[in-house]
Amino acid sequence: MTAQEVRLCGLLLQEHFGNVVEKVGTHLIRSGVLTLRALAHETKLPLDLVKKSLCVLVQHGMCTFGAGRRGPAGPVEYRINCEHIFHMLRYPRYIYTAKSLYGDTGELIVEEILQRGQMTMSSTVKTVADRLTHNMPEGQSMDYSEVVSAFSQLVETHFLQRCPPLASAGSSSSGAVDTPLPVATQPTEPESNPDCYKLPYINLTGQGKRRRSSEGGEAEQRAAKKARTDNSECGDDGIYWQVNFQRFHLHFRDQAIISAVSCKLDQTSSEIVRTMLRMSEVTTPAHAAFTQALSANEIFRALQSSYNIARPNLDQYLSLLVDDPMEFVGKTGDSGGGMYVVNLHRALANLARATLESVVQERFGSRSARIFRLLLRKRHLEQKQVEDFAMIPAKEAKDMLYTLLSENLVQLQEIPKTPDYAPSRTFYLYTVNQLPTARLLLQHCYKTVCNLIERRLYETKENKRLLEKSQRIEAILASLQATGAEAAQLTEVEEMITVPERQQLESLRHHINKSCTNQLLSKHESVT
Amino acid sequence: MAGSRGRGRSQFTFNVDALGFGRGDSLPTSAQTPSPLFPPMQFRPVPLQTGEEVDYMLALKQELRASSKNLPFHIKAARTKTDVARYSDKYQNGELKNNCIEWSPDWSRMPKELCIKVRKPRKTAIGAKPQLKQKPKVAAKKEEVLQKLETLEKREEEQHSEEEEDEEKKKQNDEEEGPDADEDYDEEEIEDETDYIMSYFDNGEDFGADSDDNMDEAVY
Repeated sequence: MTAQEVRLCGLLLQEHFGNVVEKVGTHLIRSGVLTLRALAHETKLPLDLVKKSLCVLVQHGMCTFGAGRRGPAGPVEYRINCEHIFHMLRYPRYIYTAKSLYGDTGELIVEEILQRGQMTMSSTVKTVADRLTHNMPEGQSMDYSEVVSAFSQLVETHFLQRCPPLASAGSSSSGAVDTPLPVATQPTEPESNPDCYKLPYINLTGQGKRRRSSEGGEAEQRAAKKARTDNSECGDDGIYWQVNFQRFHLHFRDQAIISAVSCKLDQTSSEIVRTMLRMSEVTTPAHAAFTQALSANEIFRALQSSYNIARPNLDQYLSLLVDDPMEFVGKTGDSGGGMYVVNLHRALANLARATLESVVQERFGSRSARIFRLLLRKRHLEQKQVEDFAMIPAKEAKDMLYTLLSENLVQLQEIPKTPDYAPSRTFYLYTVNQLPTARLLLQHCYKTVCNLIERRLYETKENKRLLEKSQRIEAILASLQATGAEAAQLTEVEEMITVPERQQLESLRHHINKSCTNQLLSKHESVT
Repeated sequence: MAGSRGRGRSQFTFNVDALGFGRGDSLPTSAQTPSPLFPPMQFRPVPLQTGEEVDYMLALKQELRASSKNLPFHIKAARTKTDVARYSDKYQNGELKNNCIEWSPDWSRMPKELCIKVRKPRKTAIGAKPQLKQKPKVAAKKEEVLQKLETLEKREEEQHSEEEEDEEKKKQNDEEEGPDADEDYDEEEIEDETDYIMSYFDNGEDFGADSDDNMDEAVY
């Protein structure tokens, strides 16, 4: 874990779960693996707070626990999963994807499960139905069956998966009544569970309830208690669902490839690639280098008729795609009109390379970018050769090379002629290593996100007074509008005039934060 | 390398042309101060992405951030007691306690040691009973009043001692002692030493409860 990643994890935990969880989580990341006692002792927090924080982290899947070094008889050890914490940056993107694929219902389901970490199907359905009913006009309510169907669709396409059952570390898994549950039970990988995507049979009928604002606290308590007892009657007790982040990432990867094709070639080719990817969605394993081979006949049949692509045109498009230097599509055989695959790994590597080149271009100018591209293509070059190939005057080329070298985007490789590394008798070659450079840029991105989050916190603190004032004014305005007063509003609006500039500042900073996480995502996808 | 020192004083061991400046040119001045914190940028950054998608996701992010503060997963540490026990502490409800968990996870999926036993607030449950009987009647005789006051005082002491017992039990169960044990000890000591009868002190808990009863009796 690099220092920037630890810092980012800490800031994200603080944003969502507060200072206590941040302290516990950061300490656990730095130490690696710890027991409960050690953690409480080292963070100097009360034991109950540490227990609560660990519960929160385990609930959200960010912390795993298992039998420690002393075996099943020893204390349980906890470990933080940093990747999971980074996923918090992309929650809005997951929710937006669910919305675009499955509508508002799907969006709310994914949002609920993301916020709660794990949920049973019945409680999700009830909560989502209530929320949808709340937004509907008076008199209508959302039926549970619609929500259940949206949930089933999400599970069928593997966007949601069951939480893995805990495997017992000891051999006492036969379930005798008097043997106590082993203390050190370990969660297993979700995919190893054969029932991973199986929907439970639940007995759930009804409609969403509209929460009335006039209900007293007692009635709500009664309703909440009733809901809890209903839960166990629905028949899916103990089956918890979580979001399958890997599936979402695969979806984003596909989207990135399709948009790259549409930028480089044209809309029709991107539709062809989209069809190919959709056909091989379920048959391709997660980290495969390329999809299943598809014949041109199959692709033609699977293409949507709205695109109106004739068969010879399809062949031409496919050959164009194969010949493209970005190597999105490859031809693996001639049977069935030609067997084509989408080269996933190669496409992603090329996308990463393009991202690197664009970063260099934006930061150092197009001539430095030319040198960078040259080095990527030709691997190792001497200084003189760089000047000649790039067609840039010697002094400027030297200057640019040294700038890139100081930023660590370009490395120097020494090849000695004599064993004593004498400078006059050594070759100095410039080179670019794509993968380490991409990782370096990813760390820069993490650092940028950290800085932006801190800047946002700072701005919020500075302008807290103004923000509160604007909130109060909005509340007053809303109540005034309800009662229909006119003159007072004008004076209040005048008071607000100093506030809009602050509001602009705030929206700008939010915007920056958002954009950076998007960039981060695309780079991360390309690198990993 | 030491052997070649005497050969030619003005010869360098590497090719001078490759450095980029000839002999006799002045070297660039060395840096006297650390590089500036915000150096002027040569190239402006690319403008932010805009669009419907980005706006929607921005709104989602703000909403998520705001709502996550209200969820029970947002843990705030309990306020540590200041040096002076304030009078208003008794009136402030909803104090955060470290040892109760506000949501109920599925304990079968978590390690046993993380289980926090939720303390049911027994204070109000026991306190309600004697206070329901505590209807001071104006027309009561003095002796009855005094008797009643004595029994109530005993009950209050019982309640406090019962609580003490609970505290001790929980001390044995829990790993750390809560701050409430000390508070009860202090209260007991104060009770013994003052002349004020604790039953006279109304901490406002039965403010709403007694309003349902007969209204024609004066309530102190």
